[in-house]
Amino acid sequence: MINIRNFSIIAHIDHGKSTLSDRLIQATNVVLDRDFQDQILDTMDIERERGITIKSQTICLPYTAKDNQTYMLNLIDTPGHVDFTYEVSRALASCEGALLLIDASQGVEAQTLANLYLAMEHNLKIIPVINKIDLPSADVERIKQQIEDDLGLDPESAILTSAKEGTGIEEVLESIVKDLPPPAGDPEAPLKALIFDSHYDPYRGTVVNFRVFQGRVQAKDVVTFMSNDVAHKVEEVGIFQIVRVPQKQLSAGQVGYLIAGIKTVSDTRCGDTITLRDRPCSASMPGFKEAKPVVFSSIYPVATDGYEELAVGLEKLKLNDASLIYEKDTSVALGFGFRCGFLGLLHLEVVQERLEREYGLSLIMTAPSVRYQLIMNDGSTLIIDNPSLYPDPTKIQTTMEPFIRASIIIPDRYMGPVMKLCLDRRGSNTNYQYLTSSRLEMFFELPLAEVVYDFYDKLKSITKGYGSFDYELKDYKETDLAKLDILINGERVDALSQLVHKDRAVERAKRACEKLRDEIPRQQFKIAVQGAVGGNIIARKTISAFRKDVTAKCYGGDVTRKRKLLEKQKKGKKRMKMVGQVMIPQSAFMSVLKTDTD
Amino acid sequence: MIEMNLKSGFALTFDSLYIGGGTPSVFGAETIGRIIEAAHRSFNILKDAEITLEVNPDTITPEKLEGFRRGGVNRINIGVQSYNPENLNFLGRLHSDSDADLAGKWAREAGFENICLDLIYGIPGQTKKAWVADLERALSFAPEHLSCYLLTYEPGTPLDASRQKGRFHPLNDDKISDLFTSTIEFLAARGYAQYEMSNFARIDSDNTEKPGFEQNRSRHNRKYWLFTPYLGLGPTSHSFKEPERFWNQPDVPDYINELAAGRLPPSGREMLSRSQLMMEAIYLGLRQTEGIRTEAFEEKFAVDFQRQFSDTLEGLEEKGLIRSTQNRCALTHKGMLFLDSIVPLLVNQI
Ligand SMILES: Nc1nc2c(ncn2[C@@H]2O[C@H](COP(=O)(O)OP(=O)(O)OP(=O)(O)O)[C@@H](O)[C@H]2O)c(=O)[nH]1
Ligand SMILES: [Mg+2]
Repeated sequence: MINIRNFSIIAHIDHGKSTLSDRLIQATNVVLDRDFQDQILDTMDIERERGITIKSQTICLPYTAKDNQTYMLNLIDTPGHVDFTYEVSRALASCEGALLLIDASQGVEAQTLANLYLAMEHNLKIIPVINKIDLPSADVERIKQQIEDDLGLDPESAILTSAKEGTGIEEVLESIVKDLPPPAGDPEAPLKALIFDSHYDPYRGTVVNFRVFQGRVQAKDVVTFMSNDVAHKVEEVGIFQIVRVPQKQLSAGQVGYLIAGIKTVSDTRCGDTITLRDRPCSASMPGFKEAKPVVFSSIYPVATDGYEELAVGLEKLKLNDASLIYEKDTSVALGFGFRCGFLGLLHLEVVQERLEREYGLSLIMTAPSVRYQLIMNDGSTLIIDNPSLYPDPTKIQTTMEPFIRASIIIPDRYMGPVMKLCLDRRGSNTNYQYLTSSRLEMFFELPLAEVVYDFYDKLKSITKGYGSFDYELKDYKETDLAKLDILINGERVDALSQLVHKDRAVERAKRACEKLRDEIPRQQFKIAVQGAVGGNIIARKTISAFRKDVTAKCYGGDVTRKRKLLEKQKKGKKRMKMVGQVMIPQSAFMSVLKTDTD
Repeated sequence: MIEMNLKSGFALTFDSLYIGGGTPSVFGAETIGRIIEAAHRSFNILKDAEITLEVNPDTITPEKLEGFRRGGVNRINIGVQSYNPENLNFLGRLHSDSDADLAGKWAREAGFENICLDLIYGIPGQTKKAWVADLERALSFAPEHLSCYLLTYEPGTPLDASRQKGRFHPLNDDKISDLFTSTIEFLAARGYAQYEMSNFARIDSDNTEKPGFEQNRSRHNRKYWLFTPYLGLGPTSHSFKEPERFWNQPDVPDYINELAAGRLPPSGREMLSRSQLMMEAIYLGLRQTEGIRTEAFEEKFAVDFQRQFSDTLEGLEEKGLIRSTQNRCALTHKGMLFLDSIVPLLVNQI
């Protein structure tokens, strides 16, 4: 056991975690050169396309160190995006150490700090790594200063790497062996293992990722998951080396997987403790805090008969994504669907894309909403995240909305614009601190509803890419809410309703109408798009009817030209759904939240 | 002709040859004859192939027409555009209305049994009466085929520039649609059936399914709309062989230099994806009065046409813009006016 090291690679988004993982994998020859591809641990199409990690990945690397001993290094590559912090914290629970990467030109950013704090909560040993030193804009001295000042770590312990060019890789491996503690835990004690992830294999059922803290487990053992006491007979245990490599047994300190013919989701819960039925351990692991969804949106199939397929798709996806929650929902306009909770907007997009890609579905997502608390006149409390369930406002005594504490790190020259952005979003500045002489960490309290949509993009653009942002949910505060309805040709389309702050209602209504006017194609009749609160119309736009329009000639090259035009018009609108008499493109439902004019 | 040589590997049998784009009739009959001969040498052209020559009224004489026919041309496409001197002037045409009259007459006298006239309408100030008078004059020698194009203002053209400067006022939508409908109705009454947005063929019996009508439709033009392979020669010309379209660049000196050096001139190409082919099938299908052949569409793209487009089709049918039958889906007369608005609705359902 002395020869095992368990560690995660953590960092702000894009600082090079997956690329460094690549180099470590190659240095330990786990993958044949001809089978290698960049960011090999990013296996999903959507990860490869977007160049980001969404799901943590585990890999076991055998490494013969300078001391001539061979070590099993269990690496977990984690996502950097704030929506997936939950993935990181689960990964950290199975490690003794972490490599904290810092981009040599970007420096410490919001998730660098957030992930450092997470690692410290788990009492992990941290090795700072300054990556991308090959970049012309790399400034190692400045970063070392930040490591000392912002992170409170020893800058001299930082390893310099270029994951891209493969420099510093051996130092990293040696440091993992020398500086990270080996796992503790008695292999002879009763089995105690922590489930930190799971995914679904259509042939084998649920594949459970776990870390053994004490005891051992092997095929044919009968194990129970302590939260529900259901017993499973283990079919196979093993380690991950891109593919699953079966092992005779896994014992204290090791990280690997287990297959036990588990076919239903509810049986496997991340954070649960695995033990032996006939020789249970005394206490379960502390487990994880539930992943709390922060935005909610309804998903409907475009095809009228697509509900069943959607239900199956969601259930399967849930097996790979424990943080997704959903329940049945109905809409007058769109029929049967599901109300889903997400960890953030990126998570929502990922779920949508995976459902469309992996399950071949065509979907409509409604505008995301946060979760409000309504204290009713009769003293009862109503929790609501779905505009269509918003009650008669005269029966509401007080409305509470969720606030976050945001930490924003910026070069100080952007202080003014960032302040303005946050105040515009109904935020209040609580305080700020200089990290170094020209970098600032600002703290704001902001309504969650104001940041879910495009806050991060806005922040990035006003700070020319230098600003970074992290947040945690804080508490609920009293607010003034209104339900903004959208009427199309006089008919309320429930799937387009949204809950907005009263002061924002008119402006939001105007924007929503404008967006819809641009999204909905002309049809054979004039279409009125109206925004209304209660019975009052507060905004209106009109989509004029079809223009009489005939392209006279169409030969040879005209065909290409015309098709290109059609492609341009179609782009992003995807399919359309008939709502009442009007065809509404998929994209329109989300567009009502967009605040940009583009 | 060099290009023909270089492309002679194009393994196809041709049932039509179209010499046009620009004004090939400025060439003498001999040159045209040589082109046709060369085409026969390089390609497998069927004996009864439709061989069309585009001519302008100001570049022809009875002798020249006679020569074209002897050289192998069997269909003549006359760019009359209008019989109204003012309109001809507006369109920047060099011929007079009597040139136009003579062109038709001479073509007949030269023995052409398949004559097509190109007309343009929707010209600023044009009344229905004036346009019908134009049509009437066109019909005086009973051409087999008419192409009636609504005037368009293509960006970058001098015409469009003057429009933008406010030198004239284009007809409004309603007037244009009146003219469009009148054209279809008038020609129908006179024995011409519309088979595409802008194309009409003479019905030689009172049944449109009879060969007379089929014969008179332009075999060449229909290839663009039916996904039939075609090969284009000369600058800017386009070729198509599913799923690929390719074209020569417009630069004439380049074109000549490259060919002189024994190379194919610079060109572009595009491979059409399934959804791109689908878009084109919809657009081109709806341009034709027979519409989209839904069975063929389903076979080709392996989709259920009704199911894929049901949401849109229902609304459009209700409004009388589209008509679906067992295996056709076509625009109504009214629908045709909205072609460019309707197509995106269907395309968005892909
Ligand atoms: N120049 C340079 N680029 C690097 C280096 N390491 C990574 N990159 C590039 O930085 C980008 C992000 O790299 P990833 O490895 O995907 O970053 P990540 O931290 O895994 O990102 P997330 O998983 O989305 O948080 C890619 O374009 C890499 O090629 C490096 O050492 N030098
Ligand atoms: Mg990554």
